[in-house]
Amino acid sequence: MSEQANNQLILEIKGLRLESIAGATIVDNVDVRVNKGEVLGLIGESGAGKSTIGLSSMSYARAGVHIAGGEIILGGTNIRALNADGRRDMRGKRIAYIAQSATAAFNPAHTLMDQVCEAPLIHKIMNRTEAEAWARQLFKALDLPDPENFGARYPHQASGGQLQRAMAAMAMSCRPDVLILDEPTTALDVTTQIEVLILLKSLIHQYHTAAIYITHDLAVVAQVADRIKVLRHGKEVEEGLTGQILHNAKQDYTARLVAVRGAAASERAAQGTVKDSTVLSIKDCQAYYGTFHVVKGVSLDVKLGETVAVVGESGSGKSTLARIITGLLPPRSGEIVFQGKALPRSLKERSKELKQRIQLVYQIPDVAINPRQSLMEIIGRPVQFYFGVGRKEMEERARELMNLVELPVEFLSRRPGQLSGGQKQRVCIARALAARPDMIILDEPTSALDPLVAEEILTLLRKLQKELNLSYILITHDLDVVHRIAHRTAVMLQGKFVAFDATDKIFDNPEHPYTQKLITAVPEMRVDWLDEVLEKRKQAKEANTAAA
Amino acid sequence: MKVFGHKPTLSAWFGLVVMALFIFIAVFTPWLAPYGESQNVGGTWDEPSMAMLLGADQIGRDMLTRIMYGARMTIGVALAITLLSFLIGIVEGFVSAVVGGWVDVFFTRYVDVMLSIPGLIFALIILGVFGSSIPVLILTIAVLDSNRVFRLARALGMNLTVMEYVEAARLRGEGLWWIIRREILPNAWAPLVSEFGLRFCFNFLFIAGLSFLGLGIQPPYADLGGMVRENAAAINFGMMAPIYPATAIALLTVSVNLVVDWMLSIDARPSGAQAEL
Repeated sequence: MSEQANNQLILEIKGLRLESIAGATIVDNVDVRVNKGEVLGLIGESGAGKSTIGLSSMSYARAGVHIAGGEIILGGTNIRALNADGRRDMRGKRIAYIAQSATAAFNPAHTLMDQVCEAPLIHKIMNRTEAEAWARQLFKALDLPDPENFGARYPHQASGGQLQRAMAAMAMSCRPDVLILDEPTTALDVTTQIEVLILLKSLIHQYHTAAIYITHDLAVVAQVADRIKVLRHGKEVEEGLTGQILHNAKQDYTARLVAVRGAAASERAAQGTVKDSTVLSIKDCQAYYGTFHVVKGVSLDVKLGETVAVVGESGSGKSTLARIITGLLPPRSGEIVFQGKALPRSLKERSKELKQRIQLVYQIPDVAINPRQSLMEIIGRPVQFYFGVGRKEMEERARELMNLVELPVEFLSRRPGQLSGGQKQRVCIARALAARPDMIILDEPTSALDPLVAEEILTLLRKLQKELNLSYILITHDLDVVHRIAHRTAVMLQGKFVAFDATDKIFDNPEHPYTQKLITAVPEMRVDWLDEVLEKRKQAKEANTAAA
Repeated sequence: MKVFGHKPTLSAWFGLVVMALFIFIAVFTPWLAPYGESQNVGGTWDEPSMAMLLGADQIGRDMLTRIMYGARMTIGVALAITLLSFLIGIVEGFVSAVVGGWVDVFFTRYVDVMLSIPGLIFALIILGVFGSSIPVLILTIAVLDSNRVFRLARALGMNLTVMEYVEAARLRGEGLWWIIRREILPNAWAPLVSEFGLRFCFNFLFIAGLSFLGLGIQPPYADLGGMVRENAAAINFGMMAPIYPATAIALLTVSVNLVVDWMLSIDARPSGAQAEL
């Protein structure tokens, strides 16, 4: 990868220091050096300061944060010393930024072409015709559909993956020296992620652009970066060549990040035993949103103490399945049997006892618990509501639940704002457990969390299942999570199950082509994984043409 | 020094001090006022003197005394109106947002109809038919004003009912009242409190306006808007009389707005170029 790097320093950040308005240090004394044509990976958990560093390399700071010290030297000029006009002239032209969520970053009122051409026109480096021609060339390079006319579309007429690529075109529109890529594939499905990743990589190499690639996913960054810098709490943990970080990390924290993936098989062996009695069974369920057919005949069964995972891309109908089971969306036809009795379709018809037996844990803990309630109220309320106990008993049970989810009992007087993401998810789990349920539906319980925190939540879930004999339905897009805790796995595509079998069988011997595609698209923690995938695809293509 | 856990700006301090002064005067008027509310102590529009610091009004009552009683009456009535209108508007709005369906349609259409009638005309008709007593005045304006509160409360409620913690409460089987009181209201306090300050000002001005037209608070009770009208003719003779109650109205309105602006700015953070430097 580094053979194209010609060792000419393009961006240098020395002793960067950022502070919040309240005076807290967000980034402390970080140095960054990027050569021409080189990709530097910035990796760390949320709050590590990776995005803040990415933005400050354009001498920009988000609301509430300001650059307190350090030098930012772009191609020989210290851009921190520039005035507002000087900085505006440099941004977009010499250094450009690709944000995490392209859907939120595009203005819905303008066509994509207008937005891609905006920067070269403002900086007066191209006229409209030249800018459009260049944009079309970029659309083509990024493999967008119908590159000649793609620009006439509005953002809502393109998919998430297409928008992310259009955003890359926008960033490249002035042929900048440095690209900042802030989690460009995190919001995408795993099968889309690999496509975007391949194109971004070839784009960077084609134009010899230097890039800073920010992500929390080490396996992704390993595919594109020449060097990786690991950050934690705003400080540098270590920096090294990609291969060295992956195989020969000096710091314990880096080694733990690397080890998160790949321990799956041994973990599943430690799971509790599944009893042969069916807790929930769904037969041929059909559900619609208005006239839109979302779930098209799904059948599923869950046994006592078992985890059944439902995997699929966004829009496959997997979350709708959760809404059907909880009663939020009554299915149009089909049958749901819970503990041997037919389950009423809508929430209104279900008794308090039935509501208590099935609990739901949400994807984003920040919005799943009320920020204005104390943990005592959040966890205590279901206890009081379902079991009608007095104040004293409720507090006793709340303390017991806090111990169960491994949170300090003193936190009961706190509010959610005073907790970290992982702690909030533990509160959500405690709230679900407060109802003493038989079954918990886990709707992407770890996808909003950092890898190491997600790991702890999964361990907790496994422990609880063993101790309390719970059945889980796990809804997720993350195959790694499935691999580690699910007994059986269902793969969902466009409202139907294409496979439903023991997890090992699904992973070791995927039969349906979609299952194969899903499994092979998960980045592996190896430097040359992406190149291998490309090589395999090329071979398959050649074999196809040869056969034809 | 901090107020509500935040450091007020200079203009907020001005507003807070003036508001505190008005409230102090309103509460303790009978003990603070130099004369009785409708006591004649001088001649028509007497010049200010040591005995009457702001002079006398059109029938020789002490202007300062009248302003103090006027402030007491106007603030009291405006506060009662605002509290009542918020109670009605918030309950309607949140029920509308949480229940949805035909309940929502019923309330929104009702409010649309009410808002399509000009408020002042509506108030004039009601007050003309039932006569202008203080309870009728409070009830009429509160009902009229609750429609605007409804709009805000419904919009806030709509944004909050889709939150997953509200869905979690529904899944648990919680009732409507619990969802409104414990899940929605605590998260809507900040914008509602700021709106309370603004609506208080509007109501205060609305009463002053009605009194100016002769349909607000009736004599012999003093109120600030009525005093402007009663003394308006003095302007023709180059005398200050109507300026004093008018200044009191302006001062209270401006100071409440300054405080509300400050409260709104607490949540807003600097952005863009401001944050960069």
